[in-house]
Amino acid sequence: MSTPVLDVRGLSRHFGGLQANADINLAVREGEVHALIGPNGAGKTTFIAQLSGLLRPDEGHVLFMGADITHMSAHRRVHAGLVRSFQITSIFPPFSVLDNLALALRQDASPGLSDLLRPWRAHAALFEQARQIAAQVGLAGREALAAGALAHGEQRQLEVGLALATRPHLLLLDEPMAGLGPEESERMIGLLMGLKGRLCMLLVEHDMDAVFRLADRISVLVAGRILASDVPEVIRINPDVRRAYLGDEIG
Amino acid sequence: MKAGWRLAVVIAVLVGLPLLLQAADQGFYIGFATRMLIYALAAASLNFILGHGGMLSFGHAAFVGAGAYTVGILAAEGVTNAWVAWPSAMLVAALAALAIGAMSLRTRGVYFIMITLAFAQMMYYIFVSFKAYGGDDGLNMAGRSVIGMGLDLKDELTWYYLCLGLLILVAGFLNRIVDARFGRILEAIRVNETRMEAVGHATFGRRLAAFVLAGAVAGLAGALLANHAGFVSPKLMHWTQSGMLMVMVIVGGAGHRYGGPIGAVVLLGLEEVMAEFTQYSQLGVGLVLLAIVLFAPGGLALMFGNRRQA
Repeated sequence: MSTPVLDVRGLSRHFGGLQANADINLAVREGEVHALIGPNGAGKTTFIAQLSGLLRPDEGHVLFMGADITHMSAHRRVHAGLVRSFQITSIFPPFSVLDNLALALRQDASPGLSDLLRPWRAHAALFEQARQIAAQVGLAGREALAAGALAHGEQRQLEVGLALATRPHLLLLDEPMAGLGPEESERMIGLLMGLKGRLCMLLVEHDMDAVFRLADRISVLVAGRILASDVPEVIRINPDVRRAYLGDEIG
Repeated sequence: MKAGWRLAVVIAVLVGLPLLLQAADQGFYIGFATRMLIYALAAASLNFILGHGGMLSFGHAAFVGAGAYTVGILAAEGVTNAWVAWPSAMLVAALAALAIGAMSLRTRGVYFIMITLAFAQMMYYIFVSFKAYGGDDGLNMAGRSVIGMGLDLKDELTWYYLCLGLLILVAGFLNRIVDARFGRILEAIRVNETRMEAVGHATFGRRLAAFVLAGAVAGLAGALLANHAGFVSPKLMHWTQSGMLMVMVIVGGAGHRYGGPIGAVVLLGLEEVMAEFTQYSQLGVGLVLLAIVLFAPGGLALMFGNRRQA
Protein backbone atom coordinates (compact mmCIF):
# COMPACT_ATOMS: atom_id res chain seq x y z
CA MET A 1 0.00 0.00 0.00
CA SER A 2 1.25 3.50 -0.78
CA THR A 3 2.33 5.96 1.90
CA PRO A 4 -0.64 7.55 3.64
CA VAL A 5 -1.10 11.30 3.11
CA LEU A 6 -1.29 11.78 6.85
CA ASP A 7 0.19 9.33 9.29
CA VAL A 8 -0.24 10.12 12.97
CA ARG A 9 1.78 8.02 15.40
CA GLY A 10 1.27 7.98 19.14
CA LEU A 11 0.18 11.62 19.41
CA SER A 12 -0.46 12.77 22.99
CA ARG A 13 -1.27 16.07 24.59
CA HIS A 14 -2.37 16.96 28.07
CA PHE A 15 -3.37 20.22 29.70
CA GLY A 16 -2.29 19.98 33.33
CA GLY A 17 -3.97 16.85 34.61
CA LEU A 18 -6.35 16.56 31.67
CA GLN A 19 -5.29 14.09 29.00
CA ALA A 20 -6.82 15.63 25.85
CA ASN A 21 -5.21 13.25 23.34
CA ALA A 22 -3.73 9.91 24.39
CA ASP A 23 -1.60 7.89 22.01
CA ILE A 24 -3.58 8.65 18.86
CA ASN A 25 -2.76 6.61 15.76
CA LEU A 26 -4.53 7.52 12.57
CA ALA A 27 -3.86 7.33 8.85
CA VAL A 28 -5.55 9.28 6.05
CA ARG A 29 -5.08 7.61 2.67
CA GLU A 30 -4.49 9.34 -0.62
CA GLY A 31 -7.70 10.71 -2.11
CA GLU A 32 -10.04 9.78 0.72
CA VAL A 33 -12.45 11.70 2.90
CA HIS A 34 -11.76 10.56 6.40
CA ALA A 35 -14.22 11.55 9.07
CA LEU A 36 -13.30 11.92 12.72
CA ILE A 37 -16.26 11.67 15.05
CA GLY A 38 -16.63 11.60 18.79
CA PRO A 39 -18.61 13.16 21.62
CA ASN A 40 -17.92 16.69 22.89
CA GLY A 41 -14.69 16.84 24.82
CA ALA A 42 -13.26 13.79 23.06
CA GLY A 43 -10.21 15.83 21.99
CA LYS A 44 -11.07 16.48 18.33
CA THR A 45 -10.24 20.18 18.32
CA THR A 46 -7.01 19.54 20.26
CA PHE A 47 -6.12 16.95 17.64
CA ILE A 48 -6.76 19.37 14.75
CA ALA A 49 -4.75 22.07 16.52
CA GLN A 50 -1.80 19.68 16.78
CA LEU A 51 -2.06 18.64 13.15
CA SER A 52 -2.14 22.27 11.98
CA GLY A 53 0.82 23.24 14.17
CA LEU A 54 -1.01 25.75 16.36
CA LEU A 55 -0.41 23.41 19.32
CA ARG A 56 2.66 21.29 20.06
CA PRO A 57 2.18 17.63 21.00
CA ASP A 58 3.76 16.30 24.19
CA GLU A 59 4.58 13.01 22.51
CA GLY A 60 4.27 11.31 19.16
CA HIS A 61 4.85 12.18 15.51
CA VAL A 62 2.92 13.57 12.58
CA LEU A 63 4.01 12.45 9.13
CA PHE A 64 2.63 14.30 6.13
CA MET A 65 3.28 12.72 2.73
CA GLY A 66 6.09 10.72 4.28
CA ALA A 67 7.88 13.65 5.95
CA ASP A 68 7.98 14.24 9.69
CA ILE A 69 6.30 17.60 10.30
CA THR A 70 5.87 17.29 14.08
CA HIS A 71 7.99 20.37 14.72
CA MET A 72 7.16 22.35 11.59
CA SER A 73 5.62 25.82 12.09
CA ALA A 74 1.97 26.32 11.22
CA HIS A 75 2.58 28.45 8.14
CA ARG A 76 5.11 26.01 6.66
CA ARG A 77 2.60 23.18 6.98
CA VAL A 78 0.24 25.26 4.87
CA HIS A 79 2.94 25.61 2.21
CA ALA A 80 3.42 21.83 2.37
CA GLY A 81 -0.31 21.39 1.65
CA LEU A 82 -1.78 20.71 5.08
CA VAL A 83 -4.46 23.31 5.77
CA ARG A 84 -7.21 23.66 8.36
CA SER A 85 -10.52 25.41 8.70
CA PHE A 86 -11.95 26.51 12.03
CA GLN A 87 -14.94 25.37 14.04
CA ILE A 88 -15.51 28.91 15.27
CA THR A 89 -15.58 31.01 12.10
CA SER A 90 -12.22 32.70 11.68
CA ILE A 91 -12.28 35.27 8.89
CA PHE A 92 -11.34 38.94 8.42
CA PRO A 93 -14.69 40.66 9.09
CA PRO A 94 -13.78 44.23 8.04
CA PHE A 95 -12.33 43.11 4.68
CA SER A 96 -14.35 42.30 1.58
CA VAL A 97 -14.96 38.67 0.66
CA LEU A 98 -12.58 39.11 -2.26
CA ASP A 99 -9.85 40.59 -0.06
CA ASN A 100 -10.31 37.73 2.40
CA LEU A 101 -9.71 35.17 -0.31
CA ALA A 102 -6.91 37.10 -2.03
CA LEU A 103 -5.04 37.29 1.29
CA ALA A 104 -5.20 33.52 1.61
CA LEU A 105 -4.03 32.82 -1.95
CA ARG A 106 -0.63 31.35 -2.32
CA GLN A 107 1.95 33.51 -4.04
CA ASP A 108 4.19 31.43 -6.27
CA ALA A 109 6.48 34.13 -7.55
CA SER A 110 8.66 35.60 -4.83
CA PRO A 111 6.91 38.87 -4.00
CA GLY A 112 9.81 41.15 -3.01
CA LEU A 113 9.48 44.84 -3.84
CA SER A 114 6.08 44.55 -5.51
CA ASP A 115 4.79 43.40 -2.13
CA LEU A 116 5.85 46.74 -0.66
CA LEU A 117 5.06 49.16 -3.46
CA ARG A 118 2.52 47.76 -5.89
CA PRO A 119 -1.00 48.83 -4.91
CA TRP A 120 -3.05 45.95 -3.54
CA ARG A 121 -5.82 46.64 -6.06
CA ALA A 122 -3.38 46.19 -8.92
CA HIS A 123 -2.84 42.49 -8.22
CA ALA A 124 -5.32 41.54 -10.93
CA ALA A 125 -4.28 37.90 -11.19
CA LEU A 126 -4.76 37.46 -7.45
CA PHE A 127 -8.29 38.85 -7.58
CA GLU A 128 -9.16 36.74 -10.60
CA GLN A 129 -8.22 33.62 -8.63
CA ALA A 130 -10.08 34.92 -5.59
CA ARG A 131 -13.19 35.36 -7.76
CA GLN A 132 -12.95 31.73 -8.86
CA ILE A 133 -12.70 30.50 -5.27
CA ALA A 134 -15.65 32.69 -4.31
CA ALA A 135 -17.72 31.07 -7.06
CA GLN A 136 -16.52 27.63 -6.02
CA VAL A 137 -17.78 28.08 -2.44
CA GLY A 138 -21.06 29.63 -3.55
CA LEU A 139 -20.26 33.27 -2.86
CA ALA A 140 -20.47 34.56 -6.42
CA GLY A 141 -22.05 38.01 -6.40
CA ARG A 142 -21.10 38.57 -2.76
CA GLU A 143 -17.43 39.39 -3.43
CA ALA A 144 -17.61 43.11 -2.62
CA LEU A 145 -19.40 42.67 0.70
CA ALA A 146 -17.52 42.95 3.98
CA ALA A 147 -17.05 39.43 5.29
CA GLY A 148 -18.57 40.49 8.60
CA ALA A 149 -21.81 41.44 6.81
CA LEU A 150 -22.37 37.95 5.40
CA ALA A 151 -24.98 35.60 6.84
CA HIS A 152 -23.67 32.91 9.18
CA GLY A 153 -23.97 30.19 6.54
CA GLU A 154 -22.08 32.32 4.02
CA GLN A 155 -19.36 32.99 6.55
CA ARG A 156 -18.98 29.21 6.96
CA GLN A 157 -18.62 28.96 3.18
CA LEU A 158 -15.97 31.68 3.24
CA GLU A 159 -14.24 29.80 6.04
CA VAL A 160 -13.87 26.81 3.74
CA GLY A 161 -12.95 29.14 0.87
CA LEU A 162 -10.03 30.59 2.83
CA ALA A 163 -8.65 27.10 3.34
CA LEU A 164 -9.23 26.20 -0.31
CA ALA A 165 -7.45 29.32 -1.52
CA THR A 166 -4.19 27.95 -0.15
CA ARG A 167 -4.52 24.95 -2.52
CA PRO A 168 -4.37 22.23 0.13
CA HIS A 169 -3.49 18.63 -0.46
CA LEU A 170 -5.15 17.62 2.77
CA LEU A 171 -7.93 19.78 4.15
CA LEU A 172 -8.63 19.58 7.88
CA LEU A 173 -12.25 20.59 8.33
CA ASP A 174 -13.18 21.37 11.92
CA GLU A 175 -16.97 21.06 12.06
CA PRO A 176 -17.87 22.87 8.84
CA MET A 177 -21.59 22.41 9.56
CA ALA A 178 -21.39 24.07 12.99
CA GLY A 179 -24.45 26.22 13.56
CA LEU A 180 -25.90 25.71 10.06
CA GLY A 181 -29.63 25.31 9.39
CA PRO A 182 -30.89 22.40 7.26
CA GLU A 183 -30.68 24.31 3.96
CA GLU A 184 -27.25 25.74 4.69
CA SER A 185 -26.03 22.29 5.74
CA GLU A 186 -27.23 20.87 2.46
CA ARG A 187 -25.33 23.57 0.58
CA MET A 188 -22.18 22.83 2.57
CA ILE A 189 -22.47 19.08 1.94
CA GLY A 190 -22.87 19.81 -1.75
CA LEU A 191 -19.77 22.02 -1.64
CA LEU A 192 -17.72 19.31 0.06
CA MET A 193 -19.08 16.63 -2.30
CA GLY A 194 -17.79 18.71 -5.17
CA LEU A 195 -14.31 18.74 -3.64
CA LYS A 196 -14.27 14.99 -3.14
CA GLY A 197 -11.67 13.32 -5.32
CA ARG A 198 -9.79 16.59 -5.91
CA LEU A 199 -8.24 16.71 -2.47
CA CYS A 200 -8.09 14.66 0.73
CA MET A 201 -10.14 15.71 3.71
CA LEU A 202 -10.09 14.97 7.38
CA LEU A 203 -13.58 15.89 8.44
CA VAL A 204 -14.39 16.51 12.09
CA GLU A 205 -18.16 16.68 12.32
CA HIS A 206 -21.13 16.09 14.59
CA ASP A 207 -23.71 15.96 11.81
CA MET A 208 -23.95 12.18 11.28
CA ASP A 209 -25.98 12.56 8.12
CA ALA A 210 -23.13 14.58 6.59
CA VAL A 211 -20.48 12.21 7.91
CA PHE A 212 -22.05 9.07 6.49
CA ARG A 213 -22.74 10.72 3.15
CA LEU A 214 -19.24 12.12 2.71
CA ALA A 215 -16.78 9.80 4.43
CA ASP A 216 -14.85 6.98 2.82
CA ARG A 217 -13.62 5.93 6.22
CA ILE A 218 -14.48 6.97 9.76
CA SER A 219 -12.43 7.08 12.96
CA VAL A 220 -14.08 7.37 16.33
CA LEU A 221 -12.37 9.39 19.04
CA VAL A 222 -13.55 8.86 22.62
CA ALA A 223 -11.87 10.29 25.72
CA GLY A 224 -8.74 11.15 23.78
CA ARG A 225 -8.29 7.73 22.18
CA ILE A 226 -9.18 6.23 18.81
CA LEU A 227 -11.84 3.61 19.49
CA ALA A 228 -12.26 2.37 15.95
CA SER A 229 -11.23 3.25 12.42
CA ASP A 230 -12.97 1.69 9.43
CA VAL A 231 -15.38 2.10 6.53
CA PRO A 232 -18.80 3.60 7.41
CA GLU A 233 -20.69 0.30 7.12
CA VAL A 234 -18.47 -1.33 9.72
CA ILE A 235 -18.47 1.70 12.04
CA ARG A 236 -22.25 1.84 11.87
CA ILE A 237 -22.61 -1.63 13.37
CA ASN A 238 -19.63 -1.56 15.73
CA PRO A 239 -21.12 -2.22 19.20
CA ASP A 240 -18.42 -0.26 21.08
CA VAL A 241 -18.98 2.79 18.91
CA ARG A 242 -22.75 2.58 19.35
CA ARG A 243 -22.40 2.37 23.09
CA ALA A 244 -19.84 5.17 23.34
CA TYR A 245 -21.25 7.63 20.95
CA LEU A 246 -23.76 6.94 18.25
CA GLY A 247 -26.54 5.78 20.54
CA ASP A 248 -29.89 5.78 18.83
CA GLU A 249 -28.93 8.51 16.45
CA ILE A 250 -28.52 6.18 13.46
CA GLY A 251 -30.74 3.35 14.66
CA MET B 1 -10.14 62.15 -6.53
CA LYS B 2 -11.50 64.32 -3.71
CA ALA B 3 -8.95 63.04 -1.20
CA GLY B 4 -6.16 63.83 -3.62
CA TRP B 5 -7.32 67.43 -3.94
CA ARG B 6 -7.52 67.84 -0.22
CA LEU B 7 -3.95 66.60 0.15
CA ALA B 8 -2.77 68.97 -2.57
CA VAL B 9 -4.36 71.91 -0.74
CA VAL B 10 -2.76 70.91 2.55
CA ILE B 11 0.66 70.63 0.91
CA ALA B 12 0.19 74.00 -0.79
CA VAL B 13 -0.65 75.58 2.58
CA LEU B 14 2.41 73.97 4.16
CA VAL B 15 4.61 75.30 1.35
CA GLY B 16 3.18 78.81 1.67
CA LEU B 17 3.08 78.90 5.46
CA PRO B 18 6.63 80.12 6.23
CA LEU B 19 6.35 82.87 3.61
CA LEU B 20 3.11 84.01 5.21
CA LEU B 21 4.70 83.94 8.65
CA GLN B 22 7.59 86.03 7.40
CA ALA B 23 5.26 88.50 5.76
CA ALA B 24 3.34 88.79 9.03
CA ASP B 25 6.61 89.31 10.88
CA GLN B 26 6.07 86.11 12.82
CA GLY B 27 9.22 84.35 11.59
CA PHE B 28 9.73 82.89 15.05
CA TYR B 29 6.96 80.41 14.34
CA ILE B 30 8.80 78.84 11.40
CA GLY B 31 10.96 76.94 13.89
CA PHE B 32 7.87 75.82 15.73
CA ALA B 33 6.24 74.66 12.51
CA THR B 34 9.39 72.69 11.65
CA ARG B 35 9.19 70.95 15.01
CA MET B 36 5.61 69.96 14.14
CA LEU B 37 6.78 68.49 10.84
CA ILE B 38 9.45 66.39 12.56
CA TYR B 39 7.02 65.08 15.16
CA ALA B 40 4.55 64.40 12.35
CA LEU B 41 7.14 62.08 10.83
CA ALA B 42 7.75 60.31 14.15
CA ALA B 43 4.01 59.93 14.73
CA ALA B 44 3.50 58.62 11.19
CA SER B 45 6.06 55.90 11.86
CA LEU B 46 4.31 54.92 15.08
CA ASN B 47 0.93 54.93 13.35
CA PHE B 48 2.33 52.46 10.82
CA ILE B 49 2.82 49.79 13.49
CA LEU B 50 0.23 50.93 16.04
CA GLY B 51 -2.66 51.86 13.80
CA HIS B 52 -2.13 49.54 10.88
CA GLY B 53 -0.23 46.74 12.59
CA GLY B 54 -2.02 46.79 15.95
CA MET B 55 1.28 46.84 17.84
CA LEU B 56 0.79 49.10 20.86
CA SER B 57 4.43 50.08 21.23
CA PHE B 58 4.95 52.22 24.31
CA GLY B 59 8.65 52.63 23.61
CA HIS B 60 8.77 54.35 20.27
CA ALA B 61 10.77 57.29 21.66
CA ALA B 62 13.69 54.91 22.10
CA PHE B 63 14.14 54.83 18.32
CA VAL B 64 13.76 58.59 18.00
CA GLY B 65 16.42 58.91 20.68
CA ALA B 66 18.68 56.33 19.03
CA GLY B 67 18.59 58.36 15.82
CA ALA B 68 19.16 61.64 17.64
CA TYR B 69 22.13 60.31 19.62
CA THR B 70 23.69 58.79 16.50
CA VAL B 71 23.71 62.24 14.90
CA GLY B 72 24.83 63.91 18.13
CA ILE B 73 27.68 61.50 18.83
CA LEU B 74 28.85 61.53 15.21
CA ALA B 75 28.86 65.34 15.31
CA ALA B 76 30.87 65.29 18.54
CA GLU B 77 33.37 63.05 16.74
CA GLY B 78 33.55 65.44 13.82
CA VAL B 79 31.20 63.73 11.37
CA THR B 80 28.71 66.39 10.31
CA ASN B 81 27.90 65.17 6.80
CA ALA B 82 24.14 64.57 6.66
CA TRP B 83 24.56 61.92 3.95
CA VAL B 84 26.56 59.87 6.44
CA ALA B 85 24.95 60.84 9.73
CA TRP B 86 21.27 60.54 8.82
CA PRO B 87 21.39 57.12 7.18
CA SER B 88 23.53 56.01 10.14
CA ALA B 89 20.82 57.27 12.47
CA MET B 90 18.21 55.25 10.58
CA LEU B 91 20.42 52.18 10.61
CA VAL B 92 21.14 52.37 14.34
CA ALA B 93 17.46 52.91 15.11
CA ALA B 94 16.52 50.01 12.82
CA LEU B 95 19.00 47.71 14.57
CA ALA B 96 17.64 48.77 17.96
CA ALA B 97 14.12 48.03 16.67
CA LEU B 98 15.28 44.66 15.37
CA ALA B 99 16.69 43.65 18.76
CA ILE B 100 13.79 45.03 20.78
CA GLY B 101 11.17 43.81 18.32
CA ALA B 102 12.58 40.28 18.11
CA MET B 103 11.99 39.92 21.84
CA SER B 104 8.89 42.08 22.37
CA LEU B 105 6.83 40.80 19.45
CA ARG B 106 6.63 37.37 21.05
CA THR B 107 4.28 38.91 23.59
CA ARG B 108 0.81 40.35 23.15
CA GLY B 109 -1.50 42.95 24.62
CA VAL B 110 -0.52 44.48 27.94
CA TYR B 111 2.72 42.49 28.01
CA PHE B 112 3.81 44.00 24.71
CA ILE B 113 3.04 47.50 26.00
CA MET B 114 5.04 46.86 29.17
CA ILE B 115 8.04 45.21 27.53
CA THR B 116 8.45 47.94 24.90
CA LEU B 117 8.17 50.51 27.69
CA ALA B 118 10.79 48.63 29.71
CA PHE B 119 13.27 48.47 26.82
CA ALA B 120 12.87 52.18 26.10
CA GLN B 121 13.40 53.07 29.76
CA MET B 122 16.50 50.88 29.76
CA MET B 123 17.90 52.88 26.87
CA TYR B 124 16.96 56.09 28.68
CA TYR B 125 18.96 55.09 31.76
CA ILE B 126 21.88 53.89 29.68
CA PHE B 127 22.20 57.34 28.12
CA VAL B 128 21.63 59.07 31.47
CA SER B 129 24.73 57.29 32.77
CA PHE B 130 26.69 57.71 29.53
CA LYS B 131 29.00 60.46 30.88
CA ALA B 132 31.30 60.50 27.85
CA TYR B 133 28.46 62.03 25.83
CA GLY B 134 26.91 64.34 28.38
CA GLY B 135 25.00 61.87 30.51
CA ASP B 136 22.05 63.46 32.24
CA ASP B 137 22.89 66.92 30.88
CA GLY B 138 22.69 65.90 27.27
CA LEU B 139 24.96 66.71 24.41
CA ASN B 140 25.29 70.03 22.60
CA MET B 141 25.89 70.09 18.87
CA ALA B 142 28.09 72.77 17.37
CA GLY B 143 25.83 73.19 14.36
CA ARG B 144 23.48 71.46 11.96
CA SER B 145 24.49 68.67 9.63
CA VAL B 146 26.06 69.63 6.33
CA ILE B 147 24.10 68.48 3.31
CA GLY B 148 25.94 70.18 0.44
CA MET B 149 24.10 71.03 -2.81
CA GLY B 150 24.37 74.70 -1.89
CA LEU B 151 21.88 74.30 0.94
CA ASP B 152 22.57 75.85 4.31
CA LEU B 153 20.51 74.01 6.94
CA LYS B 154 21.13 76.78 9.45
CA ASP B 155 18.78 78.93 7.39
CA GLU B 156 15.38 78.41 9.01
CA LEU B 157 13.49 78.57 5.75
CA THR B 158 15.74 75.98 4.06
CA TRP B 159 15.52 73.78 7.13
CA TYR B 160 11.73 74.00 7.17
CA TYR B 161 11.44 73.03 3.50
CA LEU B 162 13.87 70.15 3.92
CA CYS B 163 11.87 68.74 6.82
CA LEU B 164 8.64 69.23 4.86
CA GLY B 165 10.12 67.44 1.85
CA LEU B 166 11.29 64.53 3.96
CA LEU B 167 7.91 64.26 5.70
CA ILE B 168 6.04 64.15 2.38
CA LEU B 169 8.49 61.66 0.92
CA VAL B 170 8.79 59.28 3.86
CA ALA B 171 5.22 59.44 5.16
CA GLY B 172 4.07 59.03 1.55
CA PHE B 173 6.30 55.97 1.26
CA LEU B 174 4.73 54.50 4.41
CA ASN B 175 1.24 55.12 3.02
CA ARG B 176 2.26 53.49 -0.22
CA ILE B 177 3.26 50.38 1.74
CA VAL B 178 -0.02 50.47 3.63
CA ASP B 179 -1.82 50.43 0.27
CA ALA B 180 0.26 47.53 -1.03
CA ARG B 181 -0.02 43.83 -0.29
CA PHE B 182 2.35 44.22 2.64
CA GLY B 183 0.00 46.70 4.30
CA ARG B 184 -3.01 44.51 3.65
CA ILE B 185 -1.23 41.57 5.25
CA LEU B 186 -0.18 43.71 8.20
CA GLU B 187 -3.77 44.84 8.78
CA ALA B 188 -5.08 41.31 8.36
CA ILE B 189 -2.63 40.14 11.03
CA ARG B 190 -4.00 42.86 13.31
CA VAL B 191 -7.55 41.66 12.66
CA ASN B 192 -6.91 37.90 12.97
CA GLU B 193 -3.35 36.67 13.37
CA THR B 194 -4.21 33.02 13.94
CA ARG B 195 -6.07 32.90 10.65
CA MET B 196 -3.18 34.49 8.79
CA GLU B 197 -0.88 31.84 10.24
CA ALA B 198 -3.39 29.18 9.20
CA VAL B 199 -3.42 30.32 5.57
CA GLY B 200 0.36 30.22 5.41
CA HIS B 201 1.67 33.65 6.36
CA ALA B 202 4.81 33.96 8.48
CA THR B 203 3.17 36.54 10.71
CA PHE B 204 6.07 37.08 13.13
CA GLY B 205 8.42 38.00 10.30
CA ARG B 206 5.91 40.44 8.82
CA ARG B 207 5.32 42.17 12.14
CA LEU B 208 9.04 42.36 12.83
CA ALA B 209 9.72 43.84 9.38
CA ALA B 210 7.10 46.52 9.99
CA PHE B 211 8.49 47.22 13.46
CA VAL B 212 12.03 47.66 12.09
CA LEU B 213 10.84 49.91 9.28
CA ALA B 214 8.95 52.10 11.76
CA GLY B 215 12.06 52.18 13.94
CA ALA B 216 14.18 53.39 11.03
CA VAL B 217 11.75 56.20 10.22
CA ALA B 218 11.60 57.18 13.90
CA GLY B 219 15.42 57.26 13.78
CA LEU B 220 15.27 59.72 10.89
CA ALA B 221 12.86 61.89 12.89
CA GLY B 222 15.36 61.71 15.74
CA ALA B 223 18.18 62.82 13.46
CA LEU B 224 16.09 65.81 12.38
CA LEU B 225 15.09 66.60 15.94
CA ALA B 226 18.74 66.62 17.07
CA ASN B 227 19.58 69.04 14.26
CA HIS B 228 16.56 71.17 14.96
CA ALA B 229 17.35 71.69 18.64
CA GLY B 230 21.13 71.53 18.28
CA PHE B 231 20.97 69.40 21.36
CA VAL B 232 20.34 65.77 22.33
CA SER B 233 19.40 64.54 25.76
CA PRO B 234 18.15 61.31 27.31
CA LYS B 235 14.78 63.03 27.76
CA LEU B 236 14.11 62.25 24.10
CA MET B 237 13.79 58.59 25.12
CA HIS B 238 11.82 59.11 28.30
CA TRP B 239 8.54 57.23 28.51
CA THR B 240 6.61 60.49 28.54
CA GLN B 241 7.92 61.06 24.99
CA SER B 242 6.70 57.61 23.94
CA GLY B 243 3.39 58.41 25.57
CA MET B 244 3.16 61.71 23.71
CA LEU B 245 3.73 59.97 20.37
CA MET B 246 1.02 57.48 21.28
CA VAL B 247 -1.39 60.29 22.17
CA MET B 248 -0.62 61.97 18.83
CA VAL B 249 -1.52 58.79 16.93
CA ILE B 250 -4.67 58.10 18.90
CA VAL B 251 -5.89 61.70 18.78
CA GLY B 252 -5.08 61.99 15.09
CA GLY B 253 -6.61 58.66 14.18
CA ALA B 254 -4.86 55.31 14.62
CA GLY B 255 -4.86 53.40 11.34
CA HIS B 256 -5.80 56.46 9.30
CA ARG B 257 -3.47 57.53 6.49
CA TYR B 258 -2.81 60.95 8.02
CA GLY B 259 -3.58 60.08 11.63
CA GLY B 260 0.00 60.51 12.84
CA PRO B 261 0.72 63.91 11.26
CA ILE B 262 -2.71 65.32 12.17
CA GLY B 263 -2.24 64.25 15.78
CA ALA B 264 1.25 65.74 15.96
CA VAL B 265 0.11 69.11 14.62
CA VAL B 266 -2.95 69.21 16.88
CA LEU B 267 -1.16 68.20 20.06
CA LEU B 268 1.86 70.48 19.64
CA GLY B 269 -0.37 73.32 18.45
CA LEU B 270 -2.64 72.86 21.43
CA GLU B 271 0.28 72.95 23.85
CA GLU B 272 1.58 76.15 22.25
CA VAL B 273 -1.77 77.90 22.29
CA MET B 274 -2.55 76.86 25.87
CA ALA B 275 0.86 78.05 27.04
CA GLU B 276 0.00 81.51 25.71
CA PHE B 277 -3.00 81.84 27.96
CA THR B 278 -2.30 79.99 31.17
CA GLN B 279 0.48 78.54 33.23
CA TYR B 280 -1.75 75.51 33.74
CA SER B 281 -1.50 74.69 30.04
CA GLN B 282 -1.16 70.95 30.56
CA LEU B 283 -4.53 70.87 32.32
CA GLY B 284 -6.11 72.63 29.36
CA VAL B 285 -4.42 70.26 26.89
CA GLY B 286 -5.63 67.31 28.93
CA LEU B 287 -9.22 68.53 28.90
CA VAL B 288 -9.21 69.11 25.15
CA LEU B 289 -7.70 65.67 24.54
CA LEU B 290 -10.35 64.15 26.76
CA ALA B 291 -13.03 65.87 24.72
CA ILE B 292 -11.49 64.63 21.46
CA VAL B 293 -11.32 61.03 22.66
CA LEU B 294 -14.90 61.23 23.96
CA PHE B 295 -16.46 62.89 20.93
CA ALA B 296 -14.23 61.64 18.12
CA PRO B 297 -13.17 58.20 19.35
CA GLY B 298 -11.79 57.19 15.95
CA GLY B 299 -9.45 60.19 15.95
CA LEU B 300 -9.66 63.63 14.41
CA ALA B 301 -8.80 62.32 10.95
CA LEU B 302 -12.32 60.90 10.67
CA MET B 303 -13.72 64.40 11.00
CA PHE B 304 -11.83 65.38 7.87
CA GLY B 305 -13.93 62.87 6.00
CA ASN B 306 -11.30 60.35 4.98
CA ARG B 307 -12.83 57.18 6.27
CA ARG B 308 -10.49 54.60 7.64
CA GLN B 309 -9.98 51.73 5.25
CA ALA B 310 -10.74 48.42 6.88
